[in-house]
Amino acid sequence: MMAPALFQAGAVSQMDPSTGVYLIAAIVKLVVIFTICMVGVAYSTFAERRISAWIQDRHGPNRVGPQGVLQVLADGVKNIMKEETYPNFASKALFILAPGLAFLPAMVAWAVIPFGSPLPTPWGRIDLVVADLPVGFLFTLAVTSIGVYGIVIAGWSSNNKYALLGGLRSSAQMVSYEIAMGMSTVCVLLLAGNVSLGVVVDQQARMGWNVLLLSVAALIFLISAFAETNRLPFDLPEAESELIAGYHAEYSAMKFSMFPMSEYANMITSSAMIVTLFFGGWDIPFTHWDNDAPWTVLKSVLTFGAFATKVMFFVFFYMWIRWTLPRFRYDQLMALGWKVLLPVVLAYIVIVAGAVLALDAAGVARGPAFGAILFGMNVVLLAVLVFALDKGRLVSPSYARLAQDRVARLRAASAQRSIVAGGGGQ
Amino acid sequence: MTIKVKVVERPMEEVSYLRATAKGLALTFKHLVDPHKVTVQYPDERWDISPRWRGTHRMLTTEDGKAKCVACGLCPTVCPANCIKLVPGEDEDGNRYPLVFEIDEFRCIFCGYCQEVCPEEAIHVGRHYENAEYSRDRFVYDLQRLMEQQHGVCEMWDPSDPKGE
Repeated sequence: MMAPALFQAGAVSQMDPSTGVYLIAAIVKLVVIFTICMVGVAYSTFAERRISAWIQDRHGPNRVGPQGVLQVLADGVKNIMKEETYPNFASKALFILAPGLAFLPAMVAWAVIPFGSPLPTPWGRIDLVVADLPVGFLFTLAVTSIGVYGIVIAGWSSNNKYALLGGLRSSAQMVSYEIAMGMSTVCVLLLAGNVSLGVVVDQQARMGWNVLLLSVAALIFLISAFAETNRLPFDLPEAESELIAGYHAEYSAMKFSMFPMSEYANMITSSAMIVTLFFGGWDIPFTHWDNDAPWTVLKSVLTFGAFATKVMFFVFFYMWIRWTLPRFRYDQLMALGWKVLLPVVLAYIVIVAGAVLALDAAGVARGPAFGAILFGMNVVLLAVLVFALDKGRLVSPSYARLAQDRVARLRAASAQRSIVAGGGGQ
Repeated sequence: MTIKVKVVERPMEEVSYLRATAKGLALTFKHLVDPHKVTVQYPDERWDISPRWRGTHRMLTTEDGKAKCVACGLCPTVCPANCIKLVPGEDEDGNRYPLVFEIDEFRCIFCGYCQEVCPEEAIHVGRHYENAEYSRDRFVYDLQRLMEQQHGVCEMWDPSDPKGE
């Protein structure tokens, strides 16, 4: 009965829904988003294993079900059936609390992310966002940084030095990169004039995607998001070559698997944040018909498809980066966060604010022309920045070959040192 | 106490991070879309093993289903691992045959001397490698088992045709 009515544009209401409908719709959206996220988390673990395998010329898990698609079920059953162990001197309450605390924030952050154009129903127009909070992405920033508590508490309560080191590193890393991340969203705020993610998406549909308008901020947000989710090249909290498994060294069974799950949930959430803030959210590129009323079901489906595609690309990008780059050294990580990203993003805020002020004063309307001018500015800035960064001031990779005269000088210096040390020892 | 991390000063033109990252991403993507898959998916796919592969033994039989072995005793003599146990017997026509013929495949070093030395072309090393068993004593193959094996046998190295052509 209802289905045909849904597809007739005239029969559906473009009005705001009543409170009761709003509540029911919120619960339905909650369930749908949660389910999609959980399935997404499960399948991104599988995707990571297959993608890493292909990158390394292997096959990956391909035995359970066609091409191994049921591997996630097998893993889930295995993890639930496994024995749970508790370290003798662990603080048990915190030890049990930590995995949930790590997992929850990633899910909560989804509440404010719009994932499609408004859906018209016979009961009113329903926005495809669980809760369009006026605080918008500030909420996401606040909630995702709670995730660090899960990791720190896991590290602390395990009563294990490696786990503690992992937790410590994680907190230092998250605090450092949170600043650059928050600062880069200030640029978005300058353009959108609002922290609500719905408004941000709307602004990008009108002016062009923020990745073109605010390329440097997008780059910094992307890098910070990698650090925030503890993904390579910033996975120092679990650096297996030095800390065994870092903060989850003492965990087993399902409680252990909550940590990888929270990592993947965080990946999906921050991919969604990158997409919403810098890649147009649910906006379909090169067209404008999807951004304006009248809203139809078809528009909702297509924009959701566009959003999901973008998010999946970034989840893939996370994996792609992971199997390409080696882990940073700790001092490199901190140097990158504090000495490079923070000054660059602060300077960028000033530049963007100046540009916006100048363009507004010059009477340029906030539309495609406004975006084009900002884009031109970004091309110049990126060229300068990439040239400066590519000179190796960012981090010093340890594998670059040395020039011959430098080798000779270093050898001489080290010989000098060993003579001094030997003399002192006798 | 803070530990000073040694940071090696490098010439600027030789240190690139973004370029190296882009290069690395391109390389991994190339492998992702066009993997050089070298893994053999073992139970489904198998390598062709060499015609000179020396695996677990096989005793060839005559047309009437008896072992070709005449219990001459050359193979236990030549066996460097001392893994062949042979007790010869003789029937009423004076034909020698093995009463007991056992090969301990755990002791065997798969040198193939037994096959080379056999005048009757009875004992052979086989082209076979799936030998798992549930207990250790199952690895002592008796005559019955050696005769029941059906896998291919090793083509020994021929000095006149060293490359096997």
